[in-house]
Amino acid sequence: MQKFMLGVYMEQVLEEEFRVIDHCLMVRLPEEIDHYKAVYISERADKLLLREDVFHVVFDFEDTRFMDSSGVGMIVGRYRKISCFGGKIYAIHADRQIKRILKLSGLEKIVEVPGT
Amino acid sequence: MRNEMEIVFDAIARNEALARVAVASFVAGCNPTLEEMGDIKTAVSEAVTNSIIHGYGNLAGYTGNRRLPEGKEGFHPGKVKLHCLLERGILHIEVSDNGKGIENVEKAMEPLFTTLPELDRSGMGFAFMEAFMDELEVESEPGKGTLVRMCKKMEAGDWIGETL
Repeated sequence: MQKFMLGVYMEQVLEEEFRVIDHCLMVRLPEEIDHYKAVYISERADKLLLREDVFHVVFDFEDTRFMDSSGVGMIVGRYRKISCFGGKIYAIHADRQIKRILKLSGLEKIVEVPGT
Repeated sequence: MRNEMEIVFDAIARNEALARVAVASFVAGCNPTLEEMGDIKTAVSEAVTNSIIHGYGNLAGYTGNRRLPEGKEGFHPGKVKLHCLLERGILHIEVSDNGKGIENVEKAMEPLFTTLPELDRSGMGFAFMEAFMDELEVESEPGKGTLVRMCKKMEAGDWIGETL
């Protein structure tokens, strides 16, 4: 049992939050997105945008339960960087609260939210 | 049911999470819905963040490895005060600071208006507070500080309490 738990734990630690697959940058977002986290994510994402051949950006909200306006700023900032080359931003696994924020901020117009 | 809380904390980035958790625990007693809880946490987070980065200009922790904008490198040792009062099913929240204040409150409350666009700030802070709470009042005096007052009716809580 303990061995199994350790395995799960290691997997979580080693799991990459940022991954580039087929010119898509996949970003697995943390549980809470505030300014502190948003800056860190923006920086890492921007580095990959420069270094790798990234066309689209996918934000995965699976683990995210909280986001405020800094998360909106983070998404808009990435959108500005990729939209001039025709890239799109996707928001997947967004729960109700996150969807409300995307809607309220008008981000729905520039972000593709599958399943809505 | 009446309950009151007041906490005072340093104007630093990581205290945003502290304020959110404190308010969430404070309202947990009146059985808020998940949606109400999310709304309140977002509104408080916006107000506290405004105080820290705009009121006191404490941007450390926000810029990562990027350089801070000219003239904004200093650290302000100011405090942010969060006051919550729950009375007759209405939650009153006050967030205040003694920072630099807002010169034009009306302009600051416009959606998408921000004085820090270079830091990816969206300018949606006050718009979110207004949308997620029932009432929002902002009092500010340049050089003295800012007080944000918000209320929200806690719908389901007391009703569930009565039927049980």
